[in-house]
Amino acid sequence: MCGIAGILALDGCPDRISRARLGAMAAALAHRGPDGGGYLIDPCGPLGLAHRRLAIVDPAGGRQPIANEDGTVHVVLNGEICNHVELRRELGSRGHRFHTGTDTEVLVHLYEEHGDELLHALNGQFAFALWDARRRRLMLARDRPGISPLYYWQGPSELVFASEIKALLAVIPRPAVNPRAIRQVFRCWAPLSPETPFAGVFEVEPGQLAIATPEGLTLRRYWEWSFPPAGEERRGGEPELAEELQALLDDATRLRLRADVPVGACLSGGLDSSLLAALAARATSGGPLRTFSIRFTDRDLDETPFQRAMAERLGTTHTEVTVDRAAVADALPAVIRAAETPLLRAAPAPVARLASRIHAAGVKVVLTGEGADEVFGGYDLFREAKVRAFCARRRDSRLRPLLLKRLYPYLTFTRDQTPAVLKSYFAALDDDTAQPVFSHRPRFAAGLRCEVFLHPHFREQIDGFDPEARLAADLEAGLRGRDVLQRAQLLEARTLLAGYLLSSQGDRMLMAHSVEGRYPYLDHRVIEFGNALAPQLKVRVLREKHLLKRCAQGLVPDAIRERPKQPYRAPDAAAFVGPGRPAWVADALGGLAIRRAGYFDANRVNRLVRKLETAAARGEPISHVDSQAFMAVLSTQLWHGFFQEGR
Amino acid sequence: MNDEGTGTLIAAGAVRAALRAHILENFLFSDDESLLDDAASFQEQHVIDSMGMLQLVAHIEREFGITVRDEDMVPENLDSIDRLVAFIAGRKGLV
Repeated sequence: MCGIAGILALDGCPDRISRARLGAMAAALAHRGPDGGGYLIDPCGPLGLAHRRLAIVDPAGGRQPIANEDGTVHVVLNGEICNHVELRRELGSRGHRFHTGTDTEVLVHLYEEHGDELLHALNGQFAFALWDARRRRLMLARDRPGISPLYYWQGPSELVFASEIKALLAVIPRPAVNPRAIRQVFRCWAPLSPETPFAGVFEVEPGQLAIATPEGLTLRRYWEWSFPPAGEERRGGEPELAEELQALLDDATRLRLRADVPVGACLSGGLDSSLLAALAARATSGGPLRTFSIRFTDRDLDETPFQRAMAERLGTTHTEVTVDRAAVADALPAVIRAAETPLLRAAPAPVARLASRIHAAGVKVVLTGEGADEVFGGYDLFREAKVRAFCARRRDSRLRPLLLKRLYPYLTFTRDQTPAVLKSYFAALDDDTAQPVFSHRPRFAAGLRCEVFLHPHFREQIDGFDPEARLAADLEAGLRGRDVLQRAQLLEARTLLAGYLLSSQGDRMLMAHSVEGRYPYLDHRVIEFGNALAPQLKVRVLREKHLLKRCAQGLVPDAIRERPKQPYRAPDAAAFVGPGRPAWVADALGGLAIRRAGYFDANRVNRLVRKLETAAARGEPISHVDSQAFMAVLSTQLWHGFFQEGR
Repeated sequence: MNDEGTGTLIAAGAVRAALRAHILENFLFSDDESLLDDAASFQEQHVIDSMGMLQLVAHIEREFGITVRDEDMVPENLDSIDRLVAFIAGRKGLV
C-alpha cells in the first residue's frame, strides 16, 4: 500500500494545482509511504497528482506517478495488482514497453488496451487515480471488496481526492460533522458508504469507478457482491468442492506473497489465519515464514496456546505482542486519529500495537485472514439469524430458544439466561424474517443505547433519518429473494467488512505503521466461489464455515480447525474505567468538554460513567450495550477534538 | 406488612418509586420521570437488554431481599415497572 492524493481543477484553472498544496497532502500521508514520494503537475492540464511510496515491488525503480510510453496517461496507485506478472506478459506480447518492474505500470498499458474496462482484468487490492491527459479525464477506482481506501471532496471549483481524509483536510476548508454518519456508526458500526463523518467528504465505494472531468463527476459500480439465482447454487460433491477451494486459496495466497521484501503472516489462533499461514509456509522459500500474534492479559480474550501450536507446527519465526487494558486505553487517541471516525470498539488498538511491532521487525507486508467469515459463513450473527428464523416459525416452542444458548458459549450472559429471557430478548425485535435487514436487527437495536446519550439539539438534526431503512433501500436489489444467510452476508460485507474491519481495524491501523495487509480470502475469485455455494455448505445446521473447515483438513490441526469460533475482541469500556484509567479520559468526558462538543447530554454521560465506575469497583461485568455506548461517547469526543477543534 | 428479607416495613408504592429511580438512573441515565412509562415493555423500548436484565434481577434480589428463581425469569414478571411491582409485591405479600 501507499498513499495517493490529487487535485482536479473543475474550472480548468491550473493555478489551483500547486506543488505546495500537493506537498501538504502528501505530508499528511507520510506514514503510508515512508520510502519516497513523487508529484505530477500536468503542464497543459488542470490536474496534479501526489504519491507517497511504501516500496514493495521493484523498490529501486518504482517511483510514481508512472506514465505510458508517450506520456499521455499517468497513474498513482495505492495497493497491489497481484496478477501483474501475468498482465505484464500479456501486454508485452501486444507490444507494450515497460520501464519498471512494478505492478503500477501495468495500469497505464492496460488502460491503453481496454479503457475503463481494465478493472475487470485486475486481481488485487487497489485504489488508483489515472489521468488521461489527451481526454482531460481522471479515473478514480477502488478494489472490489474495499480494502484500499479512497476519499474525495468536491468544492465549487475543484475535486480533491486522497487515501485518507487527513490529506484532504490539509487543503480544503474544515468540513463540519455529518450528523447522519454519527447515527450510522452508532447503529451499524461504521458510516454507510459513501458517507463519512465529515460533511461533504465521500468515499469511492468498494467496487466503484468514478470518472471526473472539468465538467463534473460520474460514478458507476463495476463489481457487486452477488449470489447466483435462487436454486442455482453449487451443492454436491463436497470433497471436490473442498479440493477446488484449497487450490483457489493456494493461488490467492501465492499471488499475495509476491513482493521484493519479506512477507509475514498474522496468526490469531483461529481457523482462517492458521490456514493462510499453512499455505504461505508451504509456498515460502528462503527461510522460515515470519508470523505475528496478539496476546491478551485478559484470559477470556487470549488465544495464545492456539497461536503457538500453529507457529510450532509450521516452524515459523514467531513474534508475540502482549496487550493489557492499559495498552488499549493508551492507544485509543492515536487509533481515532488514524481511523478518522468514532468507533464502538477498542479492538483496533491492539492491531495498531501489532503493526508497530511488525514494522519494528522490518516486515512491510503481512497476510491476514479477514474476509473468511463473510465469504464462508463464520460469524455468530449468521448462526443467530438462522436460529431466530427457526424460532420464528414456531413461536410457542419452549425448546427452540435453547438453541440460542449454544450460540455464544464464550459470553457469560447466555450461559446464565433462561430460555424464556433469551426468547423474549429476540422476540422484542419484532422478528419478521422477511425484513431485508432481519439478520442484523439485534446489532442495530443494541446501537440504540448509544443514542440515549445524544443531546436533544444534536438528535434533532438526525430525527427522521433511519440507517436501517437506508441500508435496506441501498441493497434492495441484492437482498430481494435471498436466503437469510445470503442477506446477512451481503449486509455484513457492505457494513462491517468494508466500513470497519478493512478500514478502522485494517488498513488504517496497519498503514499508520507503514505495514501493508494482504487478504487472500478477499481475492474476488474466492469471494465469487464462496457466494456461488449453497448456504448449507457454509453454515450447516449450527456448524460455521463447514466447507472451509473441510478444506483445511490436513493443513490445520483439528484442535484449531474444529474449535468453536472465538471472535477477535479487545477490552472495551473496561479499559477506560477504574483506578488505572488515563487522565485524558476524564477530560474528554467532563461536563465542559461534552457541552462544548454538543453531541451528548452531559448529565447522562456522567451517570453512565458513574455506573461503569461502580461496576468496576465492585468487580462486576459491564454490559455489552453500556460498554458500546461508552465507547461511542468517548470516541466521538476524541474524534471531535481532533477533527473539529483541531487539537 | 413485614418484609421477609430485611424486617423493615415497606409498601408497594415505595417499591415502585425505588424501581423507577433505579431504572431511570441505570438504564435511562436520567432523572426525567416522564421518560419512563410504568406499563411499557423494557425490551420493546430497548431500555434493558438481555444482560441488563440479569443486572436488574441481581439488584432486585439485593434491594428487596427476595430470591428470583429460574422459573420466575420470564417477561411476564420482569418486563415493565408494573410487572416488576406486581411480582415483588406478590412475593412479599405487599398491598
